[in-house]
Amino acid sequence: MSKTERKIRVLIAKPGLDGHDRGAKVVARALRDAGMEVIYTGLRQTPEMIAEAALQEDVDVVGLSILSGAHMALAPRVIELLKSNGQEHVKIFLGGIIPNEDVIKLQEIGVTGIYGPGTLTTQIVSDVRMGVLGEVNN
Amino acid sequence: MASVQDVLSGNRLSLARLLSQIENDTSAGRAALSDLFPHTGNAHLIGVTGAPGTGKSSLVNQLAHYYRHPPENLSPKSVAIVAIDPSSPFSGGAVLGDRVRMRDLAGDPGVFIRSMASRGSLGGLARTTSGVVQAFDATGYEVVLIETVGAGQAEVDIARLAHTTLVVEAPGLGDDIQAIKAGILEIADILVVNKADRPGVENTERALRNMLNLAHPIKRVYRHHGTLEVVPSAIAVPTESESIWIPAIQKTVATDGTGIQELGDLITQHKEHLENTGDWESRERTRLSAELDDLLHAALVSCWEDTLPAGRYQEVFDQLIERVISPRQAVNALLNGTQDK
Repeated sequence: MSKTERKIRVLIAKPGLDGHDRGAKVVARALRDAGMEVIYTGLRQTPEMIAEAALQEDVDVVGLSILSGAHMALAPRVIELLKSNGQEHVKIFLGGIIPNEDVIKLQEIGVTGIYGPGTLTTQIVSDVRMGVLGEVNN
Repeated sequence: MASVQDVLSGNRLSLARLLSQIENDTSAGRAALSDLFPHTGNAHLIGVTGAPGTGKSSLVNQLAHYYRHPPENLSPKSVAIVAIDPSSPFSGGAVLGDRVRMRDLAGDPGVFIRSMASRGSLGGLARTTSGVVQAFDATGYEVVLIETVGAGQAEVDIARLAHTTLVVEAPGLGDDIQAIKAGILEIADILVVNKADRPGVENTERALRNMLNLAHPIKRVYRHHGTLEVVPSAIAVPTESESIWIPAIQKTVATDGTGIQELGDLITQHKEHLENTGDWESRERTRLSAELDDLLHAALVSCWEDTLPAGRYQEVFDQLIERVISPRQAVNALLNGTQDK
């Protein structure tokens, strides 16, 4: 670990009411193994709680895991709160069951990456690196 | 880059960004810490340490809640929480999960929670934790709760940083031999037996109390045929005027809040004890002298590295590997060019 290495800080959060956090934990573990610092908030977070945690932790990335179908309500609200807190630079990634027609809408409002079942964790790692550092180095 | 003025005026985003600068030990972070230093020295720094899974995070959550919603005769205090979890020795990454237990505190502007990875440091804190704590202190947080990495026996750095150190135990973790070993139990100002609703809590409490009695002999009062009888201790008993703090033991159940108010009272008593006996100042002196030494060592090493001719280190190291010179001779060769001793 060199002193000058830029540590990527990621908040992994589960907004809403579904209790399925295996995906979130798999992604947290993969990002950890890629050398990132992952702050895990646990289940049933409100968008307000997520935005507050993202601010206090000064993260580069917020990863949302949503399997309840409420992504069109929750994701835009998180983005709006991050912006109003002055954290417009924070990249948003979304994992879960997201219908194709929603994917386009979510990308339009600023979600950087959307990952459904079967996504390789290596894909997520390299997308996060690209999103934060503008480069992919292994 | 956030200015120190923004931070001091209570801008939470500026504070969060400054904490990252401090954590990454950037030149901006160092400069800001120097500007903030005159504003420090007011917060009560409370360390919470103990083995993994004893309930440190839940206890910190309850304590923060206690300071925000204190009993009626006290006023609420603002609380900063620094929660440290380990970094992977292989990838350098970390999963920081202490916030999971601190959901109750969300939405309270009087609370600021920051997670830190240990980043290779072994004493239970990260190298820059002290700087992060200073930033919170300067910003006006009245209580700073510092939760260490899940600690085993020797991670005792927290005792140097905090005014009041809580060591959290839980039933079933060790017997009376564990309790008399040197290390983490020695640094406790208050011993917390958490998960006190679990079986075996009496044994844990008894082992800890026996451990304390070995170190701090007390007057024993036995009931003998219904009359009180004071048995003189074999070892000199300190009188109250010497005002030694004997670590208190408090049972808690952090998941439902049992014992938290009593624990809060004990912490207040310890703070008053420190202030009344002058120990507050002596702890500050010890802490700042240790911090000065650490920084001085690092600065001297980096000064010396700058003066070393390129390739010299490798040259000496190669001789060491071939066993031409000993490690001690290698040091001498690198420091002053000779290989004596």
